[in-house]
Amino acid sequence: MDKFTTLTGIAAPLPLANVDTDKIIPARFLKTIKRSGLGVHLFDTLRFDAEGRERPEFVLNQEPYRKAEILIAHENFGCGSSREHAPWALLDFGIRCVIAPDFADIFNNNCYKNGILPVRLPRAVCDQLMEDARLGGNARVTVDLARQVVVRPNGEEIGFEIDAFRKHSLLNGLDDIGQTLQHAPQIDGYEARQRQEKSWMPAIAVV
Amino acid sequence: MEKAQPRTLFDKVWDAHVVERLPDGTCVLYIDRHLVHEVTSPQAFEGLRMAGRRVRRPDATIAVADHNIATSDRRAGIKEEDSRIQVETLERNVAEFGVPYFPVLDPRQGIVHIIGPEQGISLPGFTIVCGDSHTSTHGALGALAFGIGTSEVEHVLATQTLLQRPAKNLLARVEGALPPGCTAKDIVLAIIAEIGTAGGTGYVIEYAGSTIRALDMAGRMTVCNMSIEAGARAGMIAPDATTFDYVRGKPFAPKGEALERAIEYWSTLPSDPGAQYDRVVEIDATRLVPMVTWGTSPEAGLPITGVVPDPAGEPDEAKRVQLARMLDYMGLTAGQKLTDLAVDVVFIGSCTNGRIEDIRAAADIARGRHVAPGVRALVVPGSGIVKQQAEAEGLDRVLIEAGFEWREAGCSMCLGMNPDKLTPGQRCASTSNRNFEGRQGPRGRTHLLSPAMAAAAAVTGHLADVRTLV
Repeated sequence: MDKFTTLTGIAAPLPLANVDTDKIIPARFLKTIKRSGLGVHLFDTLRFDAEGRERPEFVLNQEPYRKAEILIAHENFGCGSSREHAPWALLDFGIRCVIAPDFADIFNNNCYKNGILPVRLPRAVCDQLMEDARLGGNARVTVDLARQVVVRPNGEEIGFEIDAFRKHSLLNGLDDIGQTLQHAPQIDGYEARQRQEKSWMPAIAVV
Repeated sequence: MEKAQPRTLFDKVWDAHVVERLPDGTCVLYIDRHLVHEVTSPQAFEGLRMAGRRVRRPDATIAVADHNIATSDRRAGIKEEDSRIQVETLERNVAEFGVPYFPVLDPRQGIVHIIGPEQGISLPGFTIVCGDSHTSTHGALGALAFGIGTSEVEHVLATQTLLQRPAKNLLARVEGALPPGCTAKDIVLAIIAEIGTAGGTGYVIEYAGSTIRALDMAGRMTVCNMSIEAGARAGMIAPDATTFDYVRGKPFAPKGEALERAIEYWSTLPSDPGAQYDRVVEIDATRLVPMVTWGTSPEAGLPITGVVPDPAGEPDEAKRVQLARMLDYMGLTAGQKLTDLAVDVVFIGSCTNGRIEDIRAAADIARGRHVAPGVRALVVPGSGIVKQQAEAEGLDRVLIEAGFEWREAGCSMCLGMNPDKLTPGQRCASTSNRNFEGRQGPRGRTHLLSPAMAAAAAVTGHLADVRTLV
């Protein structure tokens, strides 16, 4: 996983609530055994018409937002399925940060596993940032994870909250599995206790 | 000695699985059962391979292919190349890593959330995960069951744990006798319409009250299944005699004296009197009317007696724009009666409503009637075992004679990853769980409802109030 420290880039406004994972990437594009290459299908039905032509009115089909690295949206972003293909598609397109009033739980978790920072800010602040984003290429937004601030193009700083563990992992690009395996003796101990206390628990073996 | 704080069902299952609590409150949580399918696992196994890791607990893991596979005759294999590669990749991975697997032609194959409970793999008090958001289904047994992404699938395969923070507790108390024509599906659609599609975000929902207690396990699974449509990762129902009777005799459940010891433990799990919830929602079941969704979010549900809402009545501009967009996508006009909406396709199946009880409910409406002209109606059992049972009861004959298609088990038209999908503009009455834009096929239009209501739509050719048919 790539580190996330400070990101300064173009922010794309997507003033929609309840952007579901089928909208981020429809199920028909999940038939892959790889993580990469999904960016071309990001927001497929919003981005392309039935004949596969770009819809010019969609923000990511416009300059400078084709190079957006930050997305600003409304409530409940990423609701629906657990598909990690949604953050994979965002990442493959080049988006490293999504700012919204709130996020669906599974999508939120999936972002952190892929070096994408979901930033929760109140609706009014998101609307303000959305106005900044509409200024286009001259209006870059900065997200500074170490200091936990979003910096508006006018220099105003807006603080945000993040769990200490997740912040540490993102700043250092740490793999969760590696960190968890440092607790292997405790996991061994838990399993030993479970075998004793829940000896009724069957094992799965298919014959 | 100070009396222990009263705890909820969720608190108890959570506490029993904490391996370690890290300084910021994140917990290393032990996972008892891991269900694996072909769509969200290939990259996880690839990750293990690259890191030289093994599957820590194959004996706590079960794999099955369900999302991609055709529901027509499968003996000839899978025609679509990308789907075939995913299923073949799963088969290679389970062989290489020693993971138990139900092959496609095994009668135990089926939708992962149907077969877990059906086989006794999912049990009360367990932590259960799967790379699929409808894992919440298994909470009906009194388990803590939730969907995870592929990185977390890899994490569980490698460590049998997850890094998690505890959720908040939401109590949904449903009281009173269900009126005729109303089912578990109507309860959960009403709850989602009440609290909204993000109303449960950050919570685990415990469903309780006399209505829930009176539901059979199939109904309880339908309710818990759709917790995620309210934003909650998990839904739970306290285990009771209904639960224990269900578990008894299931192939992978404990037997004999071991089962009695398990039941003794499971009986300690229901929430303590006085347990605190962060939020409580009350539903009066006696006032329910069969529900149907009209929009492209599961919260856009109404009683079948209602009319399509008018966006002009919405004061918030952003919401008004979204309502108008929903009506446009769904091809609806404000004020239209829901029962006037003609359907092209009816889909009965999915992890929400693909159990034997659901097929019986559909067959009860279909018996002696016929699918309306121009309507295509599919019945897709949730598992090979459900299919066998339905055939033993003659339900397949009832449905086929009434003009329904009787198909093989799988996820099918719930998400259109296999050949069962809507064509653009088609309107579908569906017993599945999501009505998002394009969910059942590009530009398809989905109305969510119960199996009996779906069968009623099939035989009348339009959304219909099932109460007029019984």
